[in-house]
Order: sequence, then structure tokens, then C-alpha cells
Amino acid sequence: MRIWLEKQLHLIDFTLASLARRKSKNIGLLAVYALLVFALASVGLFANALRSEASFVLASSPEVILQRLVAGRHDLIPPGYLEKIGRIRGVQKQEGRLWGYYYDAVVKANYTFMARPAEEIAPGSIAIGATLARLRGLAPGNVISFRAYGGKLFTFRIASLLSPDAELLSADLVLLAEADFRAFFDYPAGHYTDIALSVANPQEVRNIAGKLSQALPDSRPILREEVLRTYQSMFDWREGIMLTILAGAIFAFIILAWEKAAGLSAEERKEIGILKAIGWETGDVIRMKLWEGLLVSLAAFLIGFIAAYIHVFYCGASLLEPVLKGWSVLYPRFTLIPAVDGMQVASLAFFTIFPYCAAVLVPIWRAAITDPDSVMRA
Amino acid sequence: MIELLAVKKAFNQGRSNEYWALNGIDLRIEAGRVTALRGPSGSGKTTLLTLIGCLARPTSGRVRLKGEDISGLPERFLTEIRRQTFGFIFQQFNLIKGLSALENVILPALPTGRPRRELVARAEALLAQLQLSHRAAARVEWLSGGEQQRVAIARALINDPEVIVADEPTANLDTVLSGEFMVILESLSAAGKTVLLSSHDPLVVESPVVHRVIAMRDGRLVDL
Amino acid sequence: MLFQPAIIALLLASAVGLLMLLASAPFALRIIARWDIRSGSEAQLALERGTYLLSTVLSFIFTVQLAKLLLFVFTADRLAVMFVGAMCAVGTLNVNEYGFPALLGQILVFFLAAMWLAINHVDAQARDYPLVRIKYWLLLALLPVLAVCFWLEFQYFRGLKANVITSCCGSLFSAEGKGLSGEASAMAAGPAMLLFYPAQLLAVAAAVWQWRRPGRWAAYATALGSAIAFVAAISGILAFVSLYIYEHPHHHCPFCILKSEYAYQGYALYLPLFVAAACGLAVGAIQPFARVVSLQSVIPTVSRRLAALAALGFALFAALASYQVLNSNLILFER
Ligand SMILES: Nc1ncnc2c1ncn2[C@@H]1O[C@H](COP(=O)(O)OP(=O)(O)O)[C@@H](O)[C@H]1O
Ligand SMILES: [Mg+2]
Repeated sequence: MRIWLEKQLHLIDFTLASLARRKSKNIGLLAVYALLVFALASVGLFANALRSEASFVLASSPEVILQRLVAGRHDLIPPGYLEKIGRIRGVQKQEGRLWGYYYDAVVKANYTFMARPAEEIAPGSIAIGATLARLRGLAPGNVISFRAYGGKLFTFRIASLLSPDAELLSADLVLLAEADFRAFFDYPAGHYTDIALSVANPQEVRNIAGKLSQALPDSRPILREEVLRTYQSMFDWREGIMLTILAGAIFAFIILAWEKAAGLSAEERKEIGILKAIGWETGDVIRMKLWEGLLVSLAAFLIGFIAAYIHVFYCGASLLEPVLKGWSVLYPRFTLIPAVDGMQVASLAFFTIFPYCAAVLVPIWRAAITDPDSVMRA
Repeated sequence: MIELLAVKKAFNQGRSNEYWALNGIDLRIEAGRVTALRGPSGSGKTTLLTLIGCLARPTSGRVRLKGEDISGLPERFLTEIRRQTFGFIFQQFNLIKGLSALENVILPALPTGRPRRELVARAEALLAQLQLSHRAAARVEWLSGGEQQRVAIARALINDPEVIVADEPTANLDTVLSGEFMVILESLSAAGKTVLLSSHDPLVVESPVVHRVIAMRDGRLVDL
Repeated sequence: MLFQPAIIALLLASAVGLLMLLASAPFALRIIARWDIRSGSEAQLALERGTYLLSTVLSFIFTVQLAKLLLFVFTADRLAVMFVGAMCAVGTLNVNEYGFPALLGQILVFFLAAMWLAINHVDAQARDYPLVRIKYWLLLALLPVLAVCFWLEFQYFRGLKANVITSCCGSLFSAEGKGLSGEASAMAAGPAMLLFYPAQLLAVAAAVWQWRRPGRWAAYATALGSAIAFVAAISGILAFVSLYIYEHPHHHCPFCILKSEYAYQGYALYLPLFVAAACGLAVGAIQPFARVVSLQSVIPTVSRRLAALAALGFALFAALASYQVLNSNLILFER
């Protein structure tokens, strides 16, 4: 075991020295390789970040949202509707929700106003997201006025700021008491925007949705998992398109790797001949060359991946933006939270290292079976 | 020590350019002596050395090393034997450019997995013996021809082989350097190594250092 | 089929492995027909040099297989959101009937490749390469296995359609579930432990026996013990180890422990387990050739080393599993 380890160390030493001796040839390959990793990793990290954002957003939303449709369009929930649902087995909680959009001409942004029970928000006060507070220069205790769509001016006191952890969720959120909400939007009493149902057992969500549409034929249940799945397949699809385009690049790279490995210079060929003549075994040469491939792969992977990480999380994936702009429509303002999944790194390594190794295997063997007596003849 | 029985070697066997470089060689080489192969270019000296030195296998015939038949061994085991038993000095030195003299010297020992410290110590001792200590860290392409050959000799000795094989060792050296080489050869022989070399240089084959000269022509041994 | 980069990569990796082996088949046949170690001909030399390529290719397939196994489970896990009722890899694998067979096939290929490599390794240490023909026959036998596994995987991925209603670890591995994995976890934690620990102990004992005094019986006992211990280990993970890791009395899932939520503890368990089982099986794989003259000194040496690895692996696995059980906040048994 010791001997084996020592020998591998010797082989690594040697291969590092020979990589260093042929800098210009290897740097070209390394650059192309790292660029490929960079492209793949950027797409992968970006898609994964979006995916986790989406599930993060949706994690806090209720399992089922019930909307009422009138002439195929989303309408208010009339009084008594909630009671009509009655008790459905498996539904833990059902409540009417009140929310709406407000356009603030001062900062030219849309806010989401959402009503909360009086225990949470006292009438006359509001809670706002950190982004909004920054935008309008507000702090708890300050007072702000909004002109309602009806033209009347309403003044609220800022009770608190929402936790910055969930900034993505709360960026544009304004929470206010139910009575204030109804007064501000002139919302008809007893009406709600939609109904949220929480379901404990995910297996029952479908049944419950079925029962709901039976009991209330004019309603449309929206399942959280459905939304998640839609996002997911949309992300996957986009990622797939990107990767298909990149597959061409991978393929070109495989050919390049093959060529580089197969097209040994006379110098290298002679070197291998010398090594074999002075006592290196074919297997030793193969192992040495495999170490070379592994080291190049690892270096390219690290360089490419770190660059992609910086690109996606610190530079806002600026290079991908023109291609992937469609995604950002979902969340106009988001900043990606750096998130790296161990398995994602592993699979990315698989995508890039596997093709390279597969491509160089045969050329390495070809080089390694050089006749040991070839150096005796010049 | 080494015995050859009806050894033949063909190149491009079965093809139109088939060529028999060796045509039935019977030979015994004694341990501890200096033996020289002599013959015109193309007579098969190098080919014979590759068979004895386990660099290649005979097409037919037997090669015995210390009584053991090695002619049918797979390359993997030939390499092992070669590494332990033979040290090679080539006509063109065949050092690896870009590496230091010391790195070149330890190359044959890398597959043995001996600790690096041990290898470096041994290489330094060998270079010192050959008066090359001051050049140990220099890249080999900066060395003179004589120095390069001494590095090649040190490399041949790193695994402490019993047999030294040298193919046309003086072909690239001038008279003075050739003379120096013969002195080194003598010291190796005195240290108990078996030496086998090929040459058509009279300076070598007629030197008193050489105990036995074997003449070759057209892939056969000929009487002098 | 879902248009998923990971799926495409997995299928391509399998296809490449299969194609490599397929391309080697004519060469294997040539070796079987023409191998003559005594010959010094150039044709024989070319055959010998070809064997290096095949060993390298097989080692490559073996390594890729290990990586693929992980990627396969990971992909299945990530795809879970696409399927109604799926919460982790189990649900995704259940989307159609090829999921679990495909997974088992991959594990099988992994172990078979390990055994082949062990035979290859001992053969390469004997000067006359006594097992060359057997080795390449076995390689040819490996080909249909690889092909079937590729087919299973392909069928599985082809049959993946979003919005399929599936069942997940909640139902499959819970006590009401039917089928093999259901039964294993239907076993109460108590009896499962009674199977788990003796099996690990048996495997370790057999491996230590083989390590101390390599011999025929000890070798086969090691292989058999390893196989039993592997099955018992998986059943044990389903029946109680996972419960303790999740700290939930009904969450029997062999895959969720691989997730970051559980600090990737699964890898610490599976890695020694797979290594140990592969080594133990390899001990059995090389034993039939122990009487070949040129292998008489080689096989005991290699076998002892493998047995030592197997013993260490199983012991480490059992220790880690026990550690997780003891360190858990879940209480299954009242004192
Ligand atoms: N690899 C080879 N392929 C074909 N012919 C070869 C090969 N190696 C050597 N020969 C031939 O074998 C003959 C003997 O060569 P060699 O042993 O190098 O002679 P010497 O060393 O005495 O000059 C030469 O005619 C040479 O052309
Ligand atoms: Mg010559």
C-alpha cells in the first residue's frame, strides 16, 4: 500500500513536471476546457438557483388556492361562498384572503397589499418589506400616505419591517389590517380575493381539489404542486435547450481532446519510448497519462466552476441574461441567493470529466504501447 | 548468466517486407565480464541487445537469464526483469529534455515506488561518483556531450542492475571522451557488473577493458 | 421522455460504456481464439498490448458505474417534483415498472465489474496469464448484462411522463406497502436489528477468517457473508437506520439520507458498504482459480488484502449505523 501510494506520487510528480514543460500546448486545452465548464456550470447554477427560489417562494404558499371564475375570468369570492365549501376531510384550515396591487406613482412600482387579521396588524398601521422601505426611505415609526384609487388619501404608520431573509417574497409587500384594506380599495364587505386551503397530507391534495370543483363548479382550484411542477418543467426545458446548444460545444471539445491526446509530438512519443526502455511498464505509462488527464480535468473544473459561481451570483449571470431573460419575468427584482448543491457539483463534474476521459482513453493507450526498443533505433 | 539458443527475430512478420534481423543465434554470456558485439551497420547488433535486455521478445528460440527461460514472458514481466537486472546506455543518451540531471537519473526507479528521499540520495551519490555533483540541478540540454553520457550512466545504475547494456556508447563522443568512457566502464566491471556493448569503434572493441569480442554479420555470429 | 440534461447524460454514459464493451468484443473473441503465450510473434504481442486497453476500459466503466449510480439516484430525487405523490427518488423510480429494476441493474453491473477486475488483477500477476481465456469469456458474458441494464434504463427514462401519479417512500416503504422493499421495512425494527447485526458480524468474521488463514472455505464464506450482509444492510437501513436518521418513526427511505437535509449521511453509510461488499464478492470471484499453479502464491495474497478491506468496510458501516442510531433523538424502544 505504501509502495503503491509512493508510486502514484512519483507518477503525479512526473506528470506535473511534463505538463509544466509543455505549457503552451496544455494551456490552450485547459482554457477551452475551463470555458466549457464555465458555460455548463453557469447554466446549471443559474437554473438551480431559480429552481430553489421558486420552491422557496412556493413553500410558504398554501397547498390549494381556490379562485372563483365568472365568464372564465378571475372574480371576487362572494359572501357565503366559504361556508358553501363546508368541511372537507383532510383540509386543516380554510380562509378567505384579501390582496391586491397598488401602483405607487412616486417610485413607479407595483406593491402587493395584503390584509392580515387584526391581531397581527393594528388598524392604521402597516408592515412593509425591506426593499420598499429602502426605496421610500422609511423606518418603523414613520408615517406614509398612499392615494387610493378612489382619490382619497390614506395615512399609515409603519409598525415594522418584514424580515429581510425573505426579501424575495416580501420585497413589494405591504401588510395592513382587514378593515384598512377594505376601506383603501373600497372592497365590498364580505367579499374575498380568493380562498386558501391548507392540506397536511400531500397525497390528498388531488382528492380535495376534485371535491372542491364538484362542490363549487364555478371555481378553479390551483394546486401548489402543480405550480411548482410547471415552473420546474419550464426551468428544465430552458436548461435543456441551453445544454443542447452546449452539447455541440461538448462534442467539439471531445474531438479536440481526442486530437490533443492522439496527436503526440515526436518529442512526447520519444519520451514515452525512453520511459518504457528504462523500465516503465505499459500500465505505468497509462496511469501516468490518466493522472495527467485527471489533473487537467480537475484544474479546468475548478477554474470554470469558480468563474461560473462568480458570474452567476456576483455578476447577476450577465452573460446568460439575453438568452434566459424569459425567466426573470417571473420575479422582476430577484437577486440570486448563492446556493450550491453538492450533488449538482458532482453531476457537473460528471458531465465534463466523463467525456474528456472517454475521449482520451484510446489515445493514451496507443501512446503507452510504444515499443520499448523504439529508442534504440534512430 | 545469459544464454541464447537458436534465437531468431523477424520484423513485419507475414508481410511482404518481412525481414529476419537475426537468423539463429547461439550464445552464452558470462557474468562479471565485458563483452562487445562488433559488426557492420545493419548486422543485428542492436536487435540482439534488445532481446538480451528484455526490450523485445525473440520470434523463436530461447533466451535464458540465470537459468530461467524469459523468451515467452509477457511484456509486463519482461519490464520488471529489465528494471531490476539491466541498465541501459543508449547511443543518443536519450535523456528527457527539460528535466534536471538528477530527475533524469531517478526516472527508472519511479515505478518501484521507493521513497523519493531514498532515490534522491542514491542519485546524488551516483552523480558524485561520476564527478557530476555540481551539475545535478542543471537541465540536461545545458550539459555537454560527455556530461550527458555520464548522466545516462548514472541513470543506468540507479536500480543497481547486474548487467549494463550499452549500444554504440562512443558513437557520439570524441576520442578523449571515448577514452574517459572506457575508464568508467572498467570501474563498473571492477565493481562486478556484467557489461554488454555493441560497437564498431576500434577504440572500444580493441580496448583491453573488453574481455570478449563477438563478431556479427547479417544476423549471424561469425568467427573472427 | 423528459427532456432533461441529466437523463441524457446518464443514457449517454451507459451507451458509451456499452459501446466500448461492444467494440472490445471482437478483440475478446480474437484473444480466445488465438492467444498463445509461448509465441513470440508480433500478432501475439499485439494481443497482449490490447489487453491493457481492455483493462483500462473496464476500470473506466467500473468507475463511471459508481458515479452513475449516484447521479441516477440524484436525478431521480430531483425529478420527484415532476410527479404527483413523489417526494424523493423512491417516487420517481416508481413512476413506471422499470425504475427499480434499472437501479438494481446498475448495482449489479457495479459488483460484476468489481469481480471481473479482481480476476483481471490476479491474472495479470501470474507470468503465464493463466486466466486470459476465462477472463474474456466472462467479459463477453458481461456484455448482455450491460445491454439489458442499458435497455432497462432506457425504458425507464422513456416511460417517464410528467404528471404521473406515483407512490413515494411514505407509502412504498411504510408497513402497508407490498413488494420486497415493503416487506423489508414491514419488518419491525426489532427483528430487523436481529438480522442486521448478526449478518454484519458474520461477514466481518468470515472476512477476518479469510484474512488470518486464507483458504477455500473461508473465501466462499466471505463472499456469501458479504452478499448476505449487503442485503441485510439495505433491509436494516430501510427498517430502522433511516428512521433514526430522520427521527421519524414512519419514514423508511434509503435515498433521502443522501440529501443535504440530512448532511449527506447516506454517503458515509453506503460508501463503506459498497466497497466492503465489492471486496467480499471479489474474494469469492478469484477463489475458484486458487489451484492454478502460477496463481497459488498470488491469490492468497490478493484475497487476504480484499478480505481485510471487506472486514474493515463492514465493521465501519455497522459502527456508523450504530452511531447514528445511538445519537438519534428518536426512541423506538422504551427501556
Ligand atoms: N523495427 C524494425 N522494422 C523493420 N526492420 C528493422 C527494425 N529494426 C531493425 N530492422 C532491421 O534489422 C536489421 C538489423 O538492425 P540492427 O539490429 O539495428 O543492426 P545494427 O545495430 O547492427 O546496425 C537492419 O537491417 C534493420 O533495417
Ligand atoms: Mg545499432
